Formats: sequence, structure tokens, C-alpha cells
Amino acid sequence: MIRGITLRRPPISPAVVVLLGLMAIGFVVAMIRYANGIGAISNLNDSTGWGLWISFDLLCGVALASGAFITASMVYLFGQERYRSVLRPAILTGFLGYLMVIVALLVDLGRPERIWYLIIFWNYHSVMFEVGWCVMLYTFVLALEFSPLVFERFGLEAPRRLIHALIIPLAIAGATLSTLHQSSLGSLYTILPDQLNKIWYTPLLPLMFWLTAVAVGPAMVIVESSISSRVFRRGLELDILGGLARVIPFVLAAYAAVKIGDLAGSGELDLLTKWNLASGLWWLEMIGFVLLPMVLFSLSAVRRSSTWLLFSALLVVSEVVLSRFAVSLINLSRPEFAVRYWPHPLEFAITISVISAGVLAYGLVARYLPLFGEHATEPAGK
Amino acid sequence: MAKVAILFDAFRCTGCRGCQVACKQWNDLPAEVTHNTGSYQNPPRVSANTWLLMEFREVDDGDGGGRWAFRRYACMHCVHPACVSACPVGALHKTEEGPVLYHSDRCIGCRYCMIACPFDVPTFQWNKGLFEGPVIKKCTFCSDRLSAGLDPACVHTCPTGALKFGERDELIATAEARIREHPERYVDHVYGKEEAGGTSLLYIGPVPFTELGMPQLGPEPIQEKTEGIMTKATPAVLVGMLVGLSGIYWVVKRRQEMMGKNRG
Repeated sequence: MIRGITLRRPPISPAVVVLLGLMAIGFVVAMIRYANGIGAISNLNDSTGWGLWISFDLLCGVALASGAFITASMVYLFGQERYRSVLRPAILTGFLGYLMVIVALLVDLGRPERIWYLIIFWNYHSVMFEVGWCVMLYTFVLALEFSPLVFERFGLEAPRRLIHALIIPLAIAGATLSTLHQSSLGSLYTILPDQLNKIWYTPLLPLMFWLTAVAVGPAMVIVESSISSRVFRRGLELDILGGLARVIPFVLAAYAAVKIGDLAGSGELDLLTKWNLASGLWWLEMIGFVLLPMVLFSLSAVRRSSTWLLFSALLVVSEVVLSRFAVSLINLSRPEFAVRYWPHPLEFAITISVISAGVLAYGLVARYLPLFGEHATEPAGK
Repeated sequence: MAKVAILFDAFRCTGCRGCQVACKQWNDLPAEVTHNTGSYQNPPRVSANTWLLMEFREVDDGDGGGRWAFRRYACMHCVHPACVSACPVGALHKTEEGPVLYHSDRCIGCRYCMIACPFDVPTFQWNKGLFEGPVIKKCTFCSDRLSAGLDPACVHTCPTGALKFGERDELIATAEARIREHPERYVDHVYGKEEAGGTSLLYIGPVPFTELGMPQLGPEPIQEKTEGIMTKATPAVLVGMLVGLSGIYWVVKRRQEMMGKNRG
């Protein structure tokens, strides 16, 4: 007998299928890498030891995850309670961001099974040593800051209270560790005064990397909120995001001042008048991705418009991507016999796959854990 | 202990590449598949299977013609190596005698040494998978031969005496003497005496070194820039942030409590 025909929605949405497919492709590519070496899936070579994975997955990934420590500092240390509703999504974005960095490293490192060697072998003169340790410790801090979502979901009151009691030291540790490694990712390139183009090389690279990370933190919170409000059909808290946006112009102004002052101080301003790739990128970054968002974010009309907020935030994100690529890849000179590097399609496959995994994980957390609207001090199981 | 060095005299070098072959033979390195790039220089750069390479360049001989300029391309065994400073796990280390050696059992394959080296020397085994354990490869100064009282394979083979092995100070004196005796043969500069704090590979020759593809380096060791950051700036930022953030938290909390009291 026909009881009735029920139209069933597919249990898994098409978007999830696509994301899972991209992850599967990346997994297969990673297996090829483990079987046949990095050379089998990349165009990296002895003249270009670091490529897409370092410039994007590592440098941009770490910078774009800075919303976590910025928001945590504002809420827990500077007493800005009104940002609490964007805190958990910011922590999640940061936590997933760092996990994605580690996954990308497991592909890029020559000996990923030895990634833990940093714990037992120390060369404390190496900037890479500091980067590795701070990333390790900070990922642990992020995990602890993320854990209350899990504890609340499963009604584990005691661990949740423990984390809550530790939250101030965790926020201080998180901001300190973040400052240390956001800046030391810039310090990595201070060992290259002769290889890095004069316009882009400066001993102040660590300060510049830190300033841009601080600027892009609130911008990423805006981007993440805009996307998730559309995907999960939640309201966009425009006044909160507008408040966050107010910080950005000051940080961008400081960054612009450091950039211009540095070139002026070393007498290199005239290099900007010669037209080449390095100077062109400098001008593009300064005008399109620093001055423009600085002006936009200072206008209250922009801060009240969700579209303009998102656009301006994406400009800041673009600034971070451009500057990281400019310093780490584009403006590094190569020996005369070197083959020009362009990422292999399989390098893109890995990067896209890692991003897909992060997006999928974010969606899973949003669906199954109390990501939105839960107050940290509200009792579990509400 | 006396520091060892090698003097490369580009005037005496004939580009025979016996050194290149001797290095391969002593270290059991396989041949590489390459293709003709129109030069006698082959392979095009040092790699995990070619630790020493003679580079061929054609330079203007001042009479409207060309002449060969040969350059030895291999690890310079710097006095203050950037690679040693850069390696996070200390897999590269500078011995007292001079050679910069590499411990493959520590290497995690991060390749920062490749980025840091101003001479583009360390190379990586790109074609080895997870279980084959890819590592960084470079010239070892034949430290195994040195400990047996022999000279490096490249020096031993050189038929014209373009390569000379000895103590660094003595070789610098020898190089300067040669320049003084025959100023028409040599550019008045011993490359490696002071570059980046000095290297164990000393070069003299008839062609300006920038035309040989040698980087123009100042006398400060390269890692002084980053080690200043690590030893001074990092602890300062660490302490400053911990103290500063704690202070801000305390001040903000006090203000909130005072405002709460006033409202009450």
C-alpha cells in the first residue's frame, strides 16, 4: 500500500559533498607526496625551497587566525564585554586556522614524522625555533580556550569551570605567544638582507608582520561573521562589528608610518620612483590595501553598512596576503640559473583541500556545539 | 685548534672539473640526468647528488673577445654560518676545525637553511618519500678524509694546484702574496677573508667576484641580525607583554569595580 510519498532532503548537503570531495583529493595527493617525495607533487626545487605552502598556508594562515587573540584580549583583558558574542567564533577560526597550518606543515616538512623534534632538540639562536615553539604552545592555548564548547555540549561542568578559572592567564599567554610568533614569522626573513629586494627588506619586518596581524584580526572577525550569518541564517551584529572596525584604521596608520619611515630612514624612498615589480607591489599594497581600508573604516557610514564593512575587511585581508607573498616569495632574488617557480597544480590541491577541511570543521562545530549566543558563564545544558 | 681552509685560485683553474668528479667518486654520488643548456657547465646547479660544481662563465677579456671564468660552487664553510644559526634543531653545526657538518638524524626537513644560506648551497632530496627519509645534502669538507690525515678529494685531484688545502691564516697570507707578486693576474681582493664574517673557502682570481656570481656581502656575520632579535628582542617582548597585559587587565578590572561601587 502506498502510505504517502515523503520527499526527503538529502542528509548531506551538496556543499558538504563538495568539501568532502576536495578533502579526499588532498588526501590522495598527500599520499603521493609521502610515497614519492615532495618533488612529486610540487615545483619546489633547490633554488626555491619554500613556495605556496609556506607563503599562503603558513604565513597567511597564521596571520589570518589572529582574530582569536585580538578578540580574547579585548573581551578578557580590556573589559570590552560587548564583543563577547563574536568571541567564540573568533576562537574557533583561530583554532582551526592553526590546525590547518599544522596539517599543511605535515605535507611541506621534509620529515613530518619528526615534527616533534623541536621539543627535544633546541637551537635557541634560530628564529624558526621560536616560531615552532610559540605555534605549538599557542595551538595548545587555543585548544583550551575552545574546550568549553565541548564541555558545555556534554555537560562536563567541572572541566568547564576549570578553564573558566584559567581564562585570564590563558588570554595573557595567548596574546603574548601570538605577538611573539606573528612577529618572528617576519624575523625569519631578516636573515636575507642580500636576497630580499631593498624596498621590502628591513630589520623591522617583525614589527610590520605583527602590525598587519593585529589589523587583520578584527577584519577576519568581520569576514567570518558576514559569511556565517549568511550560511547559518543568523542576524549580523552590525553594531558590534562596527565597533571592532574602529580599531583598524589606527593600526593601519601605524603600519603605514612604519613602512614609510623605514624607507625614509634608510634613504631608500627614491627606489619607489623606479617602476618595477617590487615597487609596483609596494604602491599597490599601500594605496589599495592600506590607505583605502584605513579611510573606509574611519567612515561611520561604512561601519554601518554590512556590504561596505565586508568589502573593507577583504581589502585588509588582501593586504596581508600580498605582503606575505611579496616578502617570502615574489621579491626574493634567485640565482641566475634558477628555474622560475610557480606552484604546481597539486600544490594548489593541497592548499584548497586544507581550507575545505577547515570550512567543513567550522560548519560541524556551528551545527553540533554551542558556538553562537552562549555566554561563557551561563550554565551548561541551557 | 688551527682552522682549515681551501684556497681556490681561479687564475690557475682550467675548468677540467676533476674536482667535481673526485667529489662524486669519494662520496659515492650518482650521476644526474640533465639536458644540454649550451654550456660545458653541467649539472646547472649543486643538488643532493652534486655537492661540488664548476661553473663556466664567459666574460669580456678587454680585447673585444671572450674568456672563460670558472667558479667553484660548493659550501663555503663559513666562519659564522647562517645555516647553523637558522636550523631550529641544531642539525648543522660548525666544528672547531672549520668544516660545517650536518647531522641527518636531527633534520626535520624544514629547509630554512636553504633559505638562509647566502651562497645557495644546501640542497634537498626532493624525490624521497616518507620512509626513505629525505635529508639536506652539501659538501662535508671531506671531514672523513681529514680525520684520516688526508686532504679533501677535490684538492687532491686538482692537476694545476688551483686548489690548496691548509690553515686558514696561512692560506690568506699565501693568497695575498700571490696577488702582490702578480697584480696583473688577480683582482686585488681575497674573497672569503671577511665576507659575512669570513669563510673557509678563499677565492682569488682574475675576474671581479660579482661577475662570477659571488654575492656581495659585508663583513658582519649574517646571523647577527636575527640573533640580536632572538637574544634581546624576544625576551624583552615576552616579559613586556606578560607584564603589560597583566597590568592592563588589573587596571581595567579596578576601574570596572570602582564604577560598580559608584553605581551601587
